[in-house]
Amino acid sequence: MNNAYIWGAVLIIALVTAGIRFLPFLVFGGKRKAPKIIDKLGKTLPFAVMGMLVVYCLKGVSFGDIKGFVPELIACFVVFIAHVIKRNTLVSIVAGTVCYMILVQSVFVP
Amino acid sequence: MATDNKDESFIETKARDFNKDNVDKSTGVIKKAFIDTIPVMTGYLVLGFGFGIIVKANGYSILLAFAMSFLIYAGSMQYVAINLINGGASFIAIALTTLMVNARHLFYGISMLDKYKNTGKRKPYLIFSLTDETYSLVVRDNKHIPEKDKKTYYLLVSVMNQTYWVMGSLLGAVAGSVITFNSKGIDFALTALFLTVFIEQWLTTKNHGPAIIGVVTSIICLAVFGGDRFLIPTMVIITFLLGVYREASLENEKDIESNYSPCKKEAKEVDSYE
Repeated sequence: MNNAYIWGAVLIIALVTAGIRFLPFLVFGGKRKAPKIIDKLGKTLPFAVMGMLVVYCLKGVSFGDIKGFVPELIACFVVFIAHVIKRNTLVSIVAGTVCYMILVQSVFVP
Repeated sequence: MATDNKDESFIETKARDFNKDNVDKSTGVIKKAFIDTIPVMTGYLVLGFGFGIIVKANGYSILLAFAMSFLIYAGSMQYVAINLINGGASFIAIALTTLMVNARHLFYGISMLDKYKNTGKRKPYLIFSLTDETYSLVVRDNKHIPEKDKKTYYLLVSVMNQTYWVMGSLLGAVAGSVITFNSKGIDFALTALFLTVFIEQWLTTKNHGPAIIGVVTSIICLAVFGGDRFLIPTMVIITFLLGVYREASLENEKDIESNYSPCKKEAKEVDSYE
C-alpha cells in the first residue's frame, strides 16, 4: 500500500463527495429557473429526508433481542416527550442521549 | 448544566417573540449558531475521535486523518474509506462506493437551492460542507434568526460543525489510546438531533404526507434491502412518490403551497430587506 495509492483514494473520495454535493446547484442553481418538479421536490424533500435520516440512524436496531431495540425505543420516546413538552432542541437531545447512554452502559449491558 | 439549559430556553423564547433585535447582532448570531451546534459538537467530537483512532490503529498517519476530515468531510464514508484502502480497492470501486454511500446528499442540495441562492462568496463552502448534520440545522425554518443574519448563520453553523469534526479526528489520532471516558452510546446525539428536527417539522406543518412517505418508504426498504443498501432504493421511491403525491393533490395546491413555502416566504422577506 504505497502513499500514492492512499492519497489517490482520498482525492477520489473527496472529489466524488463534493461532486454529489455540488451537482444540484450546478444543474439547477444558475439563472435558468429549475423545473417545477425540482422546485416542488425541494419543498417536500426536507420532511421526507429527515424521516429517512432517523430510520438510517436506527438501522442497527434488531428485534431479535431486547437489548437490540429497547434502549433505542425508550431514548426516542424520551426525545419525543421532551420535545413535545419543552420544544427546545438542545434539551430534547441531551435528555435522549443521557438516557440512551445510561441504558446501554448500565441497564442493557451486553 | 441546569443554568445552561435555562439560559438556552430563555434565548429561544426571546427569539421566538422577535423582541431580541436590540441585542448586539453579531454576537447574537454567533451565540445562537454555537448553541444550535452543541448537539452536533457532541456527536462529531465523538465520531471524529473514533475515526482518528481507527486511522491510527490501521497504521496511517495523523496527517491522513486530518486530510480526510478536512477534504472529504463525510462521516460514514470516511469510515468506509479506511476499509476500502486497507483492502486495496480499485479507484473505480472506490468512486462507485462513494457515489452509493453519499448519494443522499443530492437531496440536500435540491432542498437547499432556494435558501443558498444568494449567499455569494459563502456559497461554495456552504455546499461543500453540507453534511447530514449541517443540513438538519440549516434546513429548519430558523425563525430565531433575523432574516438578514441568515446567511451568516448558515456559514457559522457550517464552519463550526466542520471544526468539531476535524478537531475530533485529530484528537482521536493523537490521543486515542490515552483517554478512557466511557462514551458508549453518545453517538445517539445525532439520532436525537434528526429526531427533534423531524418532530419539530411535524408539529409546525399541517400536511404530513411527505414525512410519512419518508419514514414508511425507509422502513420498508430497510426491511427488504438490509441496512447496507437500502438508501438508494429509498431515495428513488421517495422521489417517485413525492412527484406523484404532488400530482395527486393538485386540487389542494393552494393549501399545500402555503404549508410548504417557508423558502418562498423567506424570499419575500429578503426582498423587503434589500
